[in-house]
Amino acid sequence: MPAFVVSQGPVSDDRMLNRYPLWKYLLIIAVAILGFVYAVPNLYPPDDAVQISGSSSGMTVDEKVLKKVEQALDNAGISYFSAEQDGSSAKLRFNDGEAQLHGKSVIAETLGSDYVVALNQAPTTPDWLVSMGGAPMKLGLDLRGGVHFLLEVDTDSAIKKRQETSADEMKDKLRDARIRYSSVEVESTTIIAEFRETELRDAALRELRGEYPQMLFNTDLPNDTADVAFHAVLSDAAVREIEQYALGQNLTTLRKRVNELGVSEPIVQSQGRNRIIVQLPGVQDTAEAKRVIGKTANLEFRLEAAPDALAAAKERFDYQGRLAWLERKVILTGDHVANATTSLDPDTNTPQVNITLDSLGGTKMNHATRSNIGRRMAVLFIEYKTRMNTEIDAQGEQIEVPEQYTENKVISLATIQGALGVQFRITGLNAPGEASELALMLRSGALAAPMYFVEERTIGPSLGAENIQLGVKSVQWGMGLVLLFMIIYYRLFGVFANIALAVNVLVLVAVMSLLGATLTLPGIAGIVLTVGMAVDANVLIFARIREELKAGASPHTAISAGYDRAFTTILDANLTTLIVAVILYAIGTGPVKGFAVTLSIGILTSMFTAIMGTRALVNLVYGRRKNLKKLWI
Amino acid sequence: MGSTMSSEQAGNKTINFMGAYLPATVLSVVLLIASITALTVNGLKFGLDFTGGAQVEVSFSQPADIPEIRKILNDEGLVNPVAVLFGSDSEVLIRSQGAMSDGGETSLARRLAGVSANAALVSVDRAPRDRGNYAQSLTFSGVSAADINDSVLPAKYFGSIEVSSAGSNVVALTENSLDTAYTDELLDVLAAKTGTDVELRRSEFVGPQIGAELRDEGGLGMLLALAVVMMYVAVRFQFKFSVGAVLALVHDVIIVLGFFALFQIDFDLTVLAAVLAVIGYSLNDTIVVFDRVRENFPRMRKSSPVEVINTSLTQSLERTLITSLTTLLVLMMLFIFGGELISGFALALIVGIVVGTYSSIYVSCNTLMWLRIVKEDLMPPVKEGSEIDEMP
Repeated sequence: MPAFVVSQGPVSDDRMLNRYPLWKYLLIIAVAILGFVYAVPNLYPPDDAVQISGSSSGMTVDEKVLKKVEQALDNAGISYFSAEQDGSSAKLRFNDGEAQLHGKSVIAETLGSDYVVALNQAPTTPDWLVSMGGAPMKLGLDLRGGVHFLLEVDTDSAIKKRQETSADEMKDKLRDARIRYSSVEVESTTIIAEFRETELRDAALRELRGEYPQMLFNTDLPNDTADVAFHAVLSDAAVREIEQYALGQNLTTLRKRVNELGVSEPIVQSQGRNRIIVQLPGVQDTAEAKRVIGKTANLEFRLEAAPDALAAAKERFDYQGRLAWLERKVILTGDHVANATTSLDPDTNTPQVNITLDSLGGTKMNHATRSNIGRRMAVLFIEYKTRMNTEIDAQGEQIEVPEQYTENKVISLATIQGALGVQFRITGLNAPGEASELALMLRSGALAAPMYFVEERTIGPSLGAENIQLGVKSVQWGMGLVLLFMIIYYRLFGVFANIALAVNVLVLVAVMSLLGATLTLPGIAGIVLTVGMAVDANVLIFARIREELKAGASPHTAISAGYDRAFTTILDANLTTLIVAVILYAIGTGPVKGFAVTLSIGILTSMFTAIMGTRALVNLVYGRRKNLKKLWI
Repeated sequence: MGSTMSSEQAGNKTINFMGAYLPATVLSVVLLIASITALTVNGLKFGLDFTGGAQVEVSFSQPADIPEIRKILNDEGLVNPVAVLFGSDSEVLIRSQGAMSDGGETSLARRLAGVSANAALVSVDRAPRDRGNYAQSLTFSGVSAADINDSVLPAKYFGSIEVSSAGSNVVALTENSLDTAYTDELLDVLAAKTGTDVELRRSEFVGPQIGAELRDEGGLGMLLALAVVMMYVAVRFQFKFSVGAVLALVHDVIIVLGFFALFQIDFDLTVLAAVLAVIGYSLNDTIVVFDRVRENFPRMRKSSPVEVINTSLTQSLERTLITSLTTLLVLMMLFIFGGELISGFALALIVGIVVGTYSSIYVSCNTLMWLRIVKEDLMPPVKEGSEIDEMP
């Protein structure tokens, strides 16, 4: 048994067993200090603040705007204790929630609809902490109050629409190639084309295959039709692309809408293939939020009014600073726009925008343009917006009343060069930026795949505050009892374990703050559970030490053996728990993810504090004692 | 290496755990049968997360009269409405299996009946895109446009409305959706009929497909966790150990689920998270015991497997009990102070930890005996054991 020989050696001078090199102490102290520094921001309660930002990216919020706001607040007799601006946004901090609410309506009234004025919880983290990257943990909706929506994008309808457009194009192509077909139809998401003879079908396939690389053509069909047919479905890659496009388009639209609501720290993100999560902290009016995020922009294609048109038949708009008179009659709306992309005009090498319409849109466009070649056609971009107006109600109190209005903008005015169809382009654009901006607006005005609300949760602010309170209380009690128990049961070693446990919670909070993780109620439960389980490693070690002592080992040997023997057990036990936590994170949504995150971080930090941390303390206290007879365990 | 010898000396006070394997097996089987029976007969009472539907938590200014509230709800046309106290005697959770708009349709129908006998709501749609200021489009038949006024669609709930005729039908665009309008209306109805102030604390709506998906994903996650754990234990220990570990986990999960089915406690997402955490915890316990078994087999060459297992269990008993105790302490605090939203989570873990502690002793080790574990099974890991010994 060579193992016996090897481990026998150090026993002769077993005092050396429990020494830590200086760097280990320094490392532990450094971790504890870092943990403290990055956990501290959570102790500063946030201020009730109002944030001002421009309603479009070009707007600046400068000293002048701030002066105006401060003037208005002073006039209204609302006290605030700080006002700052950084050119693009400004923040005013108030003494209490009431002043904040009052202040917000005064500011909104003063600045009008050009600015977004939002209630905000401004962190009060001291500058020196901020400069080191310190920030408090974000609170989840269940702790803060607010609304949560899950929207589902109906990607099937987007796919069906694409197939219908393709089917119409195929008909055109077959007609042009003089290949006679009996019918070309779309059933769910499959294009079904029927022919009289096999030769015709094969000719059609030869014609179409190259044109539609993203389509899978299938001729091996069950013989239930009298005619010869082929089926065409989109390849998985193409379906994915359409889904991503529909999702992306809806995400963009939603972000714009949500910004309009003036919520601080909103979350708009995709979940899975076709869902979008929207979380609006602090918002209580679900109806308003739903209405605003449900809105989409629209487009109208209209002809420029002839100079002799009647006043009743034309409407005035601005286009790039000049006057533009458009006909009231709408050729078609954004509902018929399938896509808009940018490319370079091969003739002039200037940027252009390619527009694809659906078949009905193509027909309408063709009818309207073929007799109007040489005239100009405008694209009108229409946005439905909401602004809050302050009114005095019957009781003489100020109330905020939402007002809906539309904003119209001519985004393109171009001369019709020929009869337009399903596909046409807008050329003569000056810069690539202009082209991509135009394409973006066309896309956001085009009909996106429809979205449905599949989940909706509102948490009142009182419930959120109560949840924090309950969570904190259970952490305090739980931790208190565990600390007490450990001291009673393991005496001095219990104190070591308790110090490690406290550092563990500190480091856990610090890591969560640094990662920007969101704290939820189940997350707090995760912290509580971590407190209970983190002592496990210490219990394993201490039980081992006791066992070794009982078996007659010297205190130094017992300590060393206790730590070494327990290590593999701790590693195995924690690794398996970590595996489960990772699975939980992968399958969980929302609050459950929060639990998985705290649990995983807690397992990792507890490995460090419970093993290295307590060992350092043990070594510090007992390591240099020569004639150690008894351990206080 | 005095300590190595001493492990065997400590065996003097070995508790004969495996002596009780028969009653333990009977107990486990009884618990499992009871759990499976509860699961098949009662079934799990899935929470909103899994069933889909709508729920609102309201707080009354006075202690709530639940029978009275139930009576009110029965007249409201919600799908299987349920009202339960939630946390305190003035907080009530109202749940419906359908959407809130079901109640909205019923109350709308009631108001329509006042207009004309054959007035009816034909369809509820989203407002058209170019009418972005409105949330919902309601189509009525058997009425004239003038009939659809504030008495049918009160501005208090529906916001501004726009009514137009469409053929023989009348279409009303409403600013607030039927769901929102009805939630407000329900609060008013409750306030009026109970004569107290009512405040909305939270409202939730989960679509039916989401619920079904979460249920599938939850089940899948649990199976995945078990499979990964089985693989890990098989690699780190040995196949017989992984069977023991997984059987113990399955045992724990079934009993926790059975407990929730028997007492008809709401099973929601947080409880699912707790069940998965139980898997992690119980496994933790089992691994600690197995670690000792693995360590002791090569050391106690002359002992029978039963003796080795008994010794290992005795040695890890202190740790098992103390860790379970500290964890139970914090969970109790969470259960007592954490509030209603987290109590199911805490309860699942409490049950899980009690059962898990038991199963790490009896189910996992019983399985080892049943699979006739011998020291040859641990031949490859012996190398690992000696590696540990080599550590100073």
